[in-house]
Amino acid sequence: MSIKNAAAIVGVGDIELEDGKVKDGLSVMQIQAIAAKRALDDAGLSKSDVDGLFVAGLWGVPGVGTFPSVVMGEYLGIEPNYTDSTQIGGSSFEAHIGHAAAAIQAGLCEVALILYGSTQKSERSRSLAGRPPTFTAQYETPFGLPSPAGAYAMAANRHMHQYGTTNEDLAEIAVATRKWAQLNPFATKRDTISIEDVLQSPMITDPLHLLDCCLVTDGAGAVVLVSPERAKDCRKKPVWILGQGEAHSHWSIQAMPDLTVTSAAQSGKRAFEMAGVGHDDIDFVEIYDSFTITVLLTLESLGFCKRGEGGDFVKNQRTAPGGDFPMNTNGGGLSYAHPGMYGIFLIIEAVRQLRGECGERQVKEAKIGLVNGTGGTLSSTSVVILGRD
Amino acid sequence: MDEIMKPLPIIDNDSKFFWEGCEKNKLFIQQCQSCSLHIFYPRILCPHCGEENVTWVEASGEGTIYSYTIARRAGGPAFKGDLPYCVALVELEEGVRMMTNIIDTDMEAIHCNQKVKVVFQKVGEMALPMFTPV
Repeated sequence: MSIKNAAAIVGVGDIELEDGKVKDGLSVMQIQAIAAKRALDDAGLSKSDVDGLFVAGLWGVPGVGTFPSVVMGEYLGIEPNYTDSTQIGGSSFEAHIGHAAAAIQAGLCEVALILYGSTQKSERSRSLAGRPPTFTAQYETPFGLPSPAGAYAMAANRHMHQYGTTNEDLAEIAVATRKWAQLNPFATKRDTISIEDVLQSPMITDPLHLLDCCLVTDGAGAVVLVSPERAKDCRKKPVWILGQGEAHSHWSIQAMPDLTVTSAAQSGKRAFEMAGVGHDDIDFVEIYDSFTITVLLTLESLGFCKRGEGGDFVKNQRTAPGGDFPMNTNGGGLSYAHPGMYGIFLIIEAVRQLRGECGERQVKEAKIGLVNGTGGTLSSTSVVILGRD
Repeated sequence: MDEIMKPLPIIDNDSKFFWEGCEKNKLFIQQCQSCSLHIFYPRILCPHCGEENVTWVEASGEGTIYSYTIARRAGGPAFKGDLPYCVALVELEEGVRMMTNIIDTDMEAIHCNQKVKVVFQKVGEMALPMFTPV
């Protein structure tokens, strides 16, 4: 069974940030509502058209945020036929794309709204503390792992041990991503950085430096997905779901089978097979960059290079503007924004690239893009391959 | 000045035997009697074969560092006084991995595949399994 071309993205929306924060003290409910309205306007649809609602969030947990699609349905005045609060971390939204396309294909809904928002920076709610030491976290939190950075650091150390990967290799990714951010007027960090700057930035948890880590910002995003029939009447040209896959291999980093390979090896394979395209057909990629090591492992796991060769693959600013492998073209979680769960912004950027709306940072002749979300501590992945007519 | 309490395991029905063992300076893990594979963390079903036939066995307490990180920023306020400290994944001889701290050693000399053995460290009212190089 395949969901290839079962649905199209016709609307995307997000909100502006100032120094990584929402303006005017907007609440997390307000910014989600604004993003949703903008995505529906973008598509030429209204909230009364929405019959499928997909929301994941970290806000208001415990409390109303424990039930994100139900609460946002109420706030927006949407009573959906199909509802999904799948929460697998930062990759939730790539999973929502697959679930929504399947629901649309099955005729269970026609217009799906995928939504996320966070005001974690305004609220200063982010810390490196682990989760409460209950259930499976009782074997982890008492040891003080800076969370989640420490888990990714352990993956980096293992990769360095097995393959000789270096901090310079990881820094290539941070520097190239910053160059894209400099072309994006909405990116949070736009000052020039060098590989030396990355290596000289404070060590957070060996071997990851501050500039190997994503930003902590606010943000909200929304994506509207419709059936092929509905896509004909929408304002924007459709961006088709060509393939999608999802997988998770563990929750705690201690249960990750191999710290150098993510489950993108499975989710990516399924997405490629469904889309019927090969690696050479991909014009640009949006790869979840919670940390530089996340990107390196993902490129290998997706098969863009062999295991252990990620360092060589990204050398000489290959993924920067002008390089032959355009990656994280909005400036990524490292330099654009990272509001807790970043996955929806990867989809939004890929759609804008495929529509040719990206101005200075536009990838020429972008026809097929790959989006990869990674959630938890390298725990879950979901891959979406998108294409235009 | 009051010291911030470290987060201690909230014991449940899966973990009671494990933490009681630590209190007696014994490291217990589970073994499935159906597929004979070892299991950590403890659970009611074998995650390898799905059978219910799991029993407790005492681990040798020896293993190697699969990977590690040296925290330069604390994983919560209670750990600030310990900086820098090492959090590691130790692979026991029995094949399971557990998160732990590497203690009583030069932080800068810690490396992957280093041989380590368990030492039980009193934290608050509990004994946590930590490891030190052999």
